[in-house]
Amino acid sequence: MRDRFVDTTTALLAEDPRTALVLADISASAFAPAAERHPDRVLNVGIREQLMVGVAGGLALTGLRPIVHTYAPFLVERAYEQIKLDLDHQDASAVLVSVGASYDRAEAGRTHLGPADVALFDTLSGWTVHAPGHPDEVPALLRAMVAAEGSAYLRLSTLHNAEPHGGDGALVVVRDAGPGAALLVAVGPVLDAALDATSGLPVSVAYTHRPRPFDTAGLRALADREVILVEPYLAGTSTRVVAAALADRPHRLLALGVRREEWRRYGSATDHARWHGLDANGLRRSITDFLAPALV
Amino acid sequence: MTMLATTARVAEAAAPLDGREPLTTLLERVRAGREFGPNVLSTLDVLQVLYDRVLRITPATVDDPDRDRFLLSKGHAVAGYYALLAAKGFIPPDWLDDQGGPDSRLGDHPDRTLIPGVEIGSGSLGHGLGLGVGTALGLRAQGLLTPRVYVLLGDAELDEGSNHEAIAYAGAVGLANLTAIVVDNSSATHGWPGGLATRFTANGWTAATVDGRDHTAVHTALTGHHGHRPHLVVAVVEAGER
Repeated sequence: MRDRFVDTTTALLAEDPRTALVLADISASAFAPAAERHPDRVLNVGIREQLMVGVAGGLALTGLRPIVHTYAPFLVERAYEQIKLDLDHQDASAVLVSVGASYDRAEAGRTHLGPADVALFDTLSGWTVHAPGHPDEVPALLRAMVAAEGSAYLRLSTLHNAEPHGGDGALVVVRDAGPGAALLVAVGPVLDAALDATSGLPVSVAYTHRPRPFDTAGLRALADREVILVEPYLAGTSTRVVAAALADRPHRLLALGVRREEWRRYGSATDHARWHGLDANGLRRSITDFLAPALV
Repeated sequence: MTMLATTARVAEAAAPLDGREPLTTLLERVRAGREFGPNVLSTLDVLQVLYDRVLRITPATVDDPDRDRFLLSKGHAVAGYYALLAAKGFIPPDWLDDQGGPDSRLGDHPDRTLIPGVEIGSGSLGHGLGLGVGTALGLRAQGLLTPRVYVLLGDAELDEGSNHEAIAYAGAVGLANLTAIVVDNSSATHGWPGGLATRFTANGWTAATVDGRDHTAVHTALTGHHGHRPHLVVAVVEAGER
């Protein structure tokens, strides 16, 4: 996904003189050709994430459309107040693009894990958040985000599904288990594991790469009494929006995602997915437990 | 400084600026009987020199891409700022009478979306210089080479590490259309041994340190940038005038 981001951003910088890119060393070498062509609009501030977002706010105040990029925890957690004040409070907007996701760099340890990013954006107002599930989803998403006016966050990951699913982020039914089935909503790269996990179960599966704004109209149209959320970041991140969307209906909700425990283990992203119960086996265990009362 | 001396300083600043209401009257409207800390006064002289003699901003050009930008980073220093904005016609003097009220556009920290002529909302310290660096870069990227970006900070505000990210980077890239103004009233808890200007000059800024009450000296310093590097003006005022 990072390669597609670099290629698309490099093209956008050439196409639209309003576009600017702010970096904090991460991916700087990949953008070296763009920096050579557009030295005034490709700005690497060094390892200074607070400044990176502050600069983006200032650029936006002069009318530019900044894209801001680094590892998820450094972009969103370290510079959270700059996102809140230097962008939102100034009524300035930017497109923030992270790599690393929840545990792509598992071997790097806790410092490079970013499972809380989407939850942090959820404390703010008006952000569009995309978590694509395949590299081929990235170019169109990024172009749409940059062309729009508001602030948006693009969460890139090395994990992905076998096939891309396009669309604007409205829920897309990938498997229809018929009337009365539970509805599983998979966000981004967890779709394939969710499909494997629910094979043969009375569960319809819908996909989105856009957790914010969540497609609540689609949810209301598709959901019956049981809803299962599978998100590739902090478990329960979208519980609030699902509960609010279904507040007038009796329903049960299972929210799966990355747990809050610090494992203090390295390993691979696949290992972490398993430990967090987000591989197909773990998801199936959680989902069958959740559905058991209804299956009896 | 006693309240009596404070009042005397306000009176000293009483000269009408441009035929509108005298600044002191406007300050008294902001004060509205409250006990002001002396922070109003520490920035007032610098603000007067900026708005009278330096900044290319008028109420008619608050949205002009070619205007100078003034960013008040120490957002608590609003009383003098609001009085000046009223004196210069950016806001109606009536706005001064209800600062912080439920229907007021003027808070104890400024909000750029509510006040014409205010470039940034501030209050949390350490945000203005980064925004100023971005603004200066944005102007440069669009070929707007006339406007200059001025950011007003306090010496205690420099405690915030975010400023030092901005100082180092602006110096490294020779951001020549940026001026930082630090009102130094020796209020930083641990001080700046060796002088706070050295934090800037070590990173390639030009710097001038002047008596923050001397309007001529402040003006000379504010216009003393030579066009190739970011510029710092340290306006020294009495200790304790926050």
